[in-house]
Amino acid sequence: MESLAVTGIGKSYDGNAALLNVSFHVERGTVLAVCGENGAGKSTLIKILSGATKPDAGALSIDGAAVVLSGPREAIDRGIATVHQELSLLPHLSVAENMMLGKAPRCRFRWQVDWREMYRVADQVLRDLGIEAIDVRQKVSTLNVSVQQVVEIAKALVGRPQVLILDEPTAVLSRHETDALFQAVRRLARVGTIIIYISHRLEEIFEISDRVLVLKDGELVMDAATGALDRDALIRAMVGRPLTAIYPTRRIRLGATLLECRNLTRRTVFRDVSFSLRAGEVVGMFGLVGSGRTDLARALFGATPADAGEIWIAGEKVRIATPRDAVRSGIAFVTEDRKRDGLALDLDLIDNAGLATMGNVARFGVLDRRRRAAIVGAKLEELAVRPRGTSKPVRQLSGGNQQKVVLAKWLLLNGTRIFILDEPTRGVDIATKVEIYRMVAELAEAGLAILLISSELPEILGMSDRVLVMRGGSLVADVPRAEMSMETVFARAAGISTDRISA
Amino acid sequence: MDNNQPLARLHRPHGLSATDLGFAVAVLLLIAFASIATDTFLTERNLVSMSRQIVTNGLLSLGMLLVILTGGIDLSVGSVVAFAGLLATGLQAHMPWPAAILVALTMGLAVGAVNGILVAHCRLQPFIATLATMGSLRGLLYMYSETPQYPVDPLFRSLLGGGFIGPLPVPTLLFCMALPIVWFYLNHTVSGRAVYAIGVNAEAVRLAGINARRHLMAAYMASGFLAALAGVLLASRVGVAQPSVGVGYELDAIAAVVIGGGILGGGGGTVIGVLGGVLALAAVDNVLNLFNVESYYQQFLKGLIILVAVLARRKKA
Repeated sequence: MESLAVTGIGKSYDGNAALLNVSFHVERGTVLAVCGENGAGKSTLIKILSGATKPDAGALSIDGAAVVLSGPREAIDRGIATVHQELSLLPHLSVAENMMLGKAPRCRFRWQVDWREMYRVADQVLRDLGIEAIDVRQKVSTLNVSVQQVVEIAKALVGRPQVLILDEPTAVLSRHETDALFQAVRRLARVGTIIIYISHRLEEIFEISDRVLVLKDGELVMDAATGALDRDALIRAMVGRPLTAIYPTRRIRLGATLLECRNLTRRTVFRDVSFSLRAGEVVGMFGLVGSGRTDLARALFGATPADAGEIWIAGEKVRIATPRDAVRSGIAFVTEDRKRDGLALDLDLIDNAGLATMGNVARFGVLDRRRRAAIVGAKLEELAVRPRGTSKPVRQLSGGNQQKVVLAKWLLLNGTRIFILDEPTRGVDIATKVEIYRMVAELAEAGLAILLISSELPEILGMSDRVLVMRGGSLVADVPRAEMSMETVFARAAGISTDRISA
Repeated sequence: MDNNQPLARLHRPHGLSATDLGFAVAVLLLIAFASIATDTFLTERNLVSMSRQIVTNGLLSLGMLLVILTGGIDLSVGSVVAFAGLLATGLQAHMPWPAAILVALTMGLAVGAVNGILVAHCRLQPFIATLATMGSLRGLLYMYSETPQYPVDPLFRSLLGGGFIGPLPVPTLLFCMALPIVWFYLNHTVSGRAVYAIGVNAEAVRLAGINARRHLMAAYMASGFLAALAGVLLASRVGVAQPSVGVGYELDAIAAVVIGGGILGGGGGTVIGVLGGVLALAAVDNVLNLFNVESYYQQFLKGLIILVAVLARRKKA
């Protein structure tokens, strides 16, 4: 009983293939996990299945009949519902209105909303999901993020979809809520719904899925029954090589303490965080969504300053109220979302990579453009940014090359002693990833202190000399290399005992 | 998502696009037509008066370009034009005319600084902030103009508004000088590149350790200064200043920037483009005047031109 078939789907952006000739089919009642690293093509696949993007090649069919999706609306009408990673609820409307958006029940007169029916249906859908504690008349803005996520899922279920796509649905859920979600997923599968489940968390994939697809660099590299797989096989398929070849070995030579923060606090975000970084040290920082790790990095850099606490750099107390102060103190910061706050996408490579160092090639505020182009161009060449040529907007580069432009911007700065990297390999191809890891190792060898923030545990474990773990705005652990493992770090981040995880 | 932002994709780093060429050709055709169809268009008298008429909108549009590049807008320029004119003429009763001009120009800088503080430091939306200064300044203007006017120094008129250097009227010459200065600022100074970058991604600029507020202030102050200069020159051409002058001028300036390829919200716009926009609007006005077309039609046609310009520059997704 075939149900959803995908044949030869392909899609490229600005000449970069995001998805290449992907084919698979799913039968009713299957929970299909889709795995792959960032940039492997998962999100492109979801966009195509949900009608948000049209494929360049290939076709979809449902129950043997070819389907061409003209847009998200048609995907929903065809029974394909998607819960995206980013919340799309309207905060000032009620839970019920959000769930029934665009399909509000009407009274006898077509123009009048049948509120009673709306609340009844919304409530019923939530009950079917196993959730009874949510008042559907409540405004969404009064709910916390994990409850909002539940509402988002309930919203997708209102139309009783044949195919339900869940993109990282548990990123903000507690264990209890995750359990409830998994029960609901199993119930939906029993009545013949196809669930396409995207997650980074390998444990979840083994817990919930029947089958696993692995995408790598846009291609389907594995399609197997979950029961026939183990962790290592899955990781190998995702990464394409054993873990050891990815992370560089480096000579660890620790110097003096370069950065120390004492009791750093930012109200409602993080509190009393104290730690230090030494020259030549790579310190990983791990924490789940909402743990405050990015806020802490932003505070160290002065992007959103801390309310209280002290920052010491190389034995001197410094005041960091703006990014400008931080740059002057020798801190560089690669932000987690380069498109949002790392790059000016419509400006060219020189303007972007040279943004932090314009003062070095200017006299009385007048730029020496030729010198700037030479210096910045040489750095971009050193980092092997492709394609060559500096006059196109960075928007046209691939994720990996955009990240290199961001790195070039900071590497051009003289006197940087502390590098804070927040998710430096997000949305970056594996080749560039390896280059970035090597670069980080070289910076550490040259005596810089590195704070590496990441939500990818393998990256943290592969790169770090020790790991700081954040949970709920506090620094809860400082794990030395000898004790570092997926289980210990994750357990500390999630606030559960180690046996609970392995059980 | 990130690959589907047609509006943000507008980017022409080098050379002229087909659309730019199309516009240039259309304006040239209009001028050719006017030259042939009338015997008044291609006269020295008409061309000189046209070159004077573009000065006001030209200076305002240059300032507007700077502000629009930062992702903002400056609605207060029309009021600044009127206020500068009033100060430059009215104060001549109390001080020599060059001093009066200096006061007027300083006022322009000050209004720009207020706008800049409201936008950069108080984080008000530029539209709202400059709408407020536009309104309150206009009110202030009427209060001030209650005081009786004195005749202006004849030199004020003959040197500035009525003056010539070679074949060029003094105001036109000043506008021609402002063009390369603004171009140089935008393309060859740290502040100018920062202004461009702020309009594309202000947060990235701030996180690069750049004092973005300072450059925002610079853009608004430049706009205020250029508007004040336009006001002084206008008053010296007309000889008297009225508080009602300059209403709606901000819209003409925005139109010129947009016709020249500027993008509201930042990320696009060039000095050459603005010059093209200013000339195109002036040529249309002038030709329609020569044909005695009523002003309602002129306004209607200007609206159409803006629409065509924006539609033509819209990139297909």
